[in-house]
Amino acid sequence: MIRLILRTQPSKAMIFLSPLLAITLTAVTAFFIFVFILTDIEVSSVFYALFVEPLIDIYYVSELLVKATPLIIIALGLSIGFRAGVWNIGAEGQYVIGGIAGSTVGLYFYDVEGFWLMPLMSLAAILGGMFYAGIAAFLRTKYQVNEILVTLMLTYVAVLFLSAMVQGPLRDPSGFNFPESRLFHDSALLPIIWQGTRVNVSLIIAIILSFVAWFGLKKHISGMQVKITGSAPRAAKFAGFDDKKTVWFSLLISGGLAGLAGLFEAAGPIGQLNPGLPQFYGFTAIIVAFLARLHPIAIIFSALLIALTYLGGENVQIYFNLPSSITNIFQGMLLFYFLACEILIKYKVVFIKTTGQRI
Amino acid sequence: MNHQLEINNITKSYGDLKANDDVSLNIKPSSIHALLGENGAGKSTLVKVIYGSLIPDRGEMKWLGKSYSPKNPFDAREQGIAMVFQHFSLFESLTVEENIVLGLDGVRLDENFTEQITEYSKQYGLDINPQQVVGDLSVGARQRVEIIRCLMQNPKLLIMDEPTSVLTPQEVSDLFITLRKLADDGCSILYISHKLEEVRQICSEATILRGGKLVESCIPQDYSQQELAEMMIGKKLIQLARSNINTGEDIFSINDLSQKSDDMFGVNLKNISLSITKGSIVGIAGVAGNGQDELMELLIGEVSSPAGTLNFKGGDIGNLNSHQRRQLSMFFIPEERLGHGAVPDMGLNENMLISRPQSSEMTSYGVIDWGNVEKLTQKVISDFDVQTPSTKMLAKSLSGGNLQKFMVGRELIQNPELLIVSQPTWGVDAGSANNIHQALITLADKGSAILIISQDLDEILTLCEQIYVLSEGSLSTAVDMKENGLETISQLMVGSEKQ
Repeated sequence: MIRLILRTQPSKAMIFLSPLLAITLTAVTAFFIFVFILTDIEVSSVFYALFVEPLIDIYYVSELLVKATPLIIIALGLSIGFRAGVWNIGAEGQYVIGGIAGSTVGLYFYDVEGFWLMPLMSLAAILGGMFYAGIAAFLRTKYQVNEILVTLMLTYVAVLFLSAMVQGPLRDPSGFNFPESRLFHDSALLPIIWQGTRVNVSLIIAIILSFVAWFGLKKHISGMQVKITGSAPRAAKFAGFDDKKTVWFSLLISGGLAGLAGLFEAAGPIGQLNPGLPQFYGFTAIIVAFLARLHPIAIIFSALLIALTYLGGENVQIYFNLPSSITNIFQGMLLFYFLACEILIKYKVVFIKTTGQRI
Repeated sequence: MNHQLEINNITKSYGDLKANDDVSLNIKPSSIHALLGENGAGKSTLVKVIYGSLIPDRGEMKWLGKSYSPKNPFDAREQGIAMVFQHFSLFESLTVEENIVLGLDGVRLDENFTEQITEYSKQYGLDINPQQVVGDLSVGARQRVEIIRCLMQNPKLLIMDEPTSVLTPQEVSDLFITLRKLADDGCSILYISHKLEEVRQICSEATILRGGKLVESCIPQDYSQQELAEMMIGKKLIQLARSNINTGEDIFSINDLSQKSDDMFGVNLKNISLSITKGSIVGIAGVAGNGQDELMELLIGEVSSPAGTLNFKGGDIGNLNSHQRRQLSMFFIPEERLGHGAVPDMGLNENMLISRPQSSEMTSYGVIDWGNVEKLTQKVISDFDVQTPSTKMLAKSLSGGNLQKFMVGRELIQNPELLIVSQPTWGVDAGSANNIHQALITLADKGSAILIISQDLDEILTLCEQIYVLSEGSLSTAVDMKENGLETISQLMVGSEKQ
């Protein structure tokens, strides 16, 4: 018989081994799925397109970084809320609103060049995201409305608001009525840091933010506040932490960061505001945050991993005509196996003979 | 000799830890046998072996003269061994008879069954109404439901785990009458407790465990309470005494505090008034669920109080949260350790940060100085004899007694001018309880005021100079201990109890 026995202390080795195990299990499962459904294609070539090619080609590696950046920034914010037990599921909506707010500032100054413009746009984006998440915080703290529902539903409002904006006030006057804004001018675009690719300065900001978040969670009392509130709400009250403040804090941080990511996407890879802004990054970031066990530094790596499933998925779609949902299947499996393997950190597996004697 | 249950040389290990090491115990027919020991002494392991929830590594048992090795609790019940657990397993929304029938196999709820319940209840003085909803019952009555449920299985051995820890003195003496009658009718009882006076009062034999090993099997009346306690903890107990009762002016007062509870099952507090002078220990006795939790929330500051009702060092503190109150040198130890006083999934060092006055060096501008936190945690661990391999051990992995010592230490190293503590030794072993009591007395001797809210009347009587009783949300006036004090307290506790 197999039994799970609680460890006295969480296993350090398993903290690192369990994600690797989850990745291995995902690959094995994928292998069997492919063996079953693919009749005329070599499984090995699908695997090559999925996992290997995106890692050895310079173009793919740069795209990996481009995709990972918004995921890192959003997941950082979400991980703080998730630690506090505040479930912001609608980062996608805050991402869109932040993108609109920041872009609006950029478009307003479309004929003005200046180094100050990008920081101003970023500020507007952060405030936009904060405002949008703040609606959920207000409703939760004032009327006990569940923030999961509010944030999720506001996402759809945000996406519709985006199409209203690009078809109305923000539409490019000389754009033949396409629902798009003007192309951003130089001061409203993020500087490229790797020539010949789309990798821009937002990657550096994402990494800096990861370290700031790490410092905050580890060394600052507000990090403890978030952790204690999530782990033991009554103990948080006993410590004198205001639970309403924690809700506001969590939602404003995650909303602000999601908003910033939205602007970085518009002012980075896209270069304008168009209906293609929402890419499901806000939802995928939830997986990223959990894959990283909500650890700010680990989020960088889990974002890269998830970005890989995006690129690999697109690859097999192009080469082998496989459906795009391959990406979702991979992300789902990763999360599933990851959550399952996480139990090994706190428990150890013991094999017991049916007589009750331990081997 | 003819024994009901014979246990020979039971050994049970968890990994390297021997929870039971070569333990033997014999229970005579019609006897009430005490199983004594501190937390972690191996009482629960031994009981689980008897009740079939654990299978021993070595050793054998004989039940009614025959070899006995139960595979599971079901097996044990089949053979006539029943158990009343410390934590009841009753559904609050169901009636007494529904609860009883749910716990039994192969019976149906009909008139016959109800009659049976009434019969048992009469025969053993277990006053209960089968149609009443359990949620409305007092703790004592709930325990009676559990006992009847066990009796319906016609047991020959009834195991009772800490049965009196939640009862009023009156309920305790009623329980003892029932237990004696049961024993006379041929059902022996294994009575697990750490309350030594009770054991000496009701048990005919006692087996004492310490660190998994058998210390002594004896007749409890042959020894004094102190001797039994020392056998249990394996060292001398400190004699508790105030060295310096030097009370000064008032430091804290509650003035006509009333508060409606938000919780449907909560207790409304009514016109509570009390004042505490420097250097004194004041106790609030009472059965759990009479407003203790609600009062504690207000005192800690988790819920704010109306203006003018709480006064500390001459200032109104009703609006301050717990952190702000700590800045004024007011510290708290809540009853619930895991989840309230400490975060179960965090290390002791992280748990230090829950109670942090500004003056301490744990944080500056919000940045945590982990080096100093570590030093303070070490100090608490060594000063208060907390048994733990490191400061990073998760709070939930410590035993109740150790965690309580940690929590008491965490507040006491701040030298509080006022300490408010709820159930300071709840579920704590005798050795640790003794240490905690001594620490509280030392604090008061130095001139600090202490308010103790406790269900444990012995504790209140040992420590407090002034005693109040909380009942149904109302606080009595201070009880005059010189004139029939104990009787007055008992009446105040029971007087307004449900049922």
